Amino acid sequence: MKIYGVAFLAACYLIGQVIGKYIGIGLGIGGNVGGVGIAMILLVMINDRFYKKTSLHVETQAGVLFWSSMYIPVIVAMSSILNVKVALSNGWVAIFSGILATSCCYLLIPLISKWSQLNLKESTE
Amino acid sequence: MIGVNVLDEIFIKNGLIVAFLTVGVMLFLADGMSKKIFNKRIPGVAIAILAALVMAYFGGDKGISNHSFFSGMALLGGAMLRDFTIVATAMGANLSELRKTGLPGIISLFIGVTVTFFVGGSIGYAMGYTDAVSFTTIGAGACTYIVGPITGAAIGASSDLIAISIAAGVVKTIFVTIITPLVAKKIGLDNPSTAMIFGGMIGTTSGVAAGLAATDPKLVPYGALTATFYTGIGVLLCPSVFYLLMVYLL
Repeated sequence: MKIYGVAFLAACYLIGQVIGKYIGIGLGIGGNVGGVGIAMILLVMINDRFYKKTSLHVETQAGVLFWSSMYIPVIVAMSSILNVKVALSNGWVAIFSGILATSCCYLLIPLISKWSQLNLKESTE
Repeated sequence: MIGVNVLDEIFIKNGLIVAFLTVGVMLFLADGMSKKIFNKRIPGVAIAILAALVMAYFGGDKGISNHSFFSGMALLGGAMLRDFTIVATAMGANLSELRKTGLPGIISLFIGVTVTFFVGGSIGYAMGYTDAVSFTTIGAGACTYIVGPITGAAIGASSDLIAISIAAGVVKTIFVTIITPLVAKKIGLDNPSTAMIFGGMIGTTSGVAAGLAATDPKLVPYGALTATFYTGIGVLLCPSVFYLLMVYLL
């Protein structure tokens, strides 16, 4: 049943939220630290384990895949509720610091990517 | 007049359903434009996101959802469904691929937060915000629009500074959303490993997710996975280590 997949996804999500919250409290910064990431790792690991043994039932998988495919519409809706006016009207400081700081990171991505591939080669050799 | 009232009532009551319809129509039109006008060179998703941003501009502090007609957009595009669907994308991720780039992913998180903070803060400094609190708040805002206000509140920044830091973070999200599909090829963003590093370096979950969706939806889980740790690390470093460093330096 599809609902099994949705429930499985919900369980991963909630466990991730709880762990993330506790990490946040533990670090003394409140908020949720990596809750979504932890939920994703959980989902991948459980899925991987089941896949080797029985393979998650097709219908169960379909329950997760539906929400995965709803992801793009959610992102479109999310873009439509950003505070674009404030972003553009709060002066050049916000615009420059937002864009230039991010651009520097874009420039560094190929370097780190190359370094990581070199590292990987060394470790496998 | 009665007709309008009835319609109004139905649309407001069923906000989420209206949002499904709205987004569905937007994506349909955007896909059509992508095929007919741009010869698929600009993905439909990118066009739809751009249209959504333009719509948001004509809304208020919560974008288009300030109009009661579109109030459901706030639920569909809110943090709960955003995070839920992002977790679901992990279904398409490959465990060994994630393991392979684990360490570079973590390192890219720290480099990303550090570089963004200092470049963002320095630009504020160059434009006249020269004290440690301003530097830290603007630098934190350049990380994400969540790191900014949390940091600002923690170190006692004024509300207009916090407003600037939120604005810097939102500018970043919009910038990442628009620019990622355009520069993807140049920065080699076409494999899971680079996507994880990209998520760690850029960090804004919304921007990374939207940017990757417009670039290649298969990469979304990899980028999103590292990006979700970025705000946490930013909130950890900015009001503590980085602030103390700025107090010492300025």
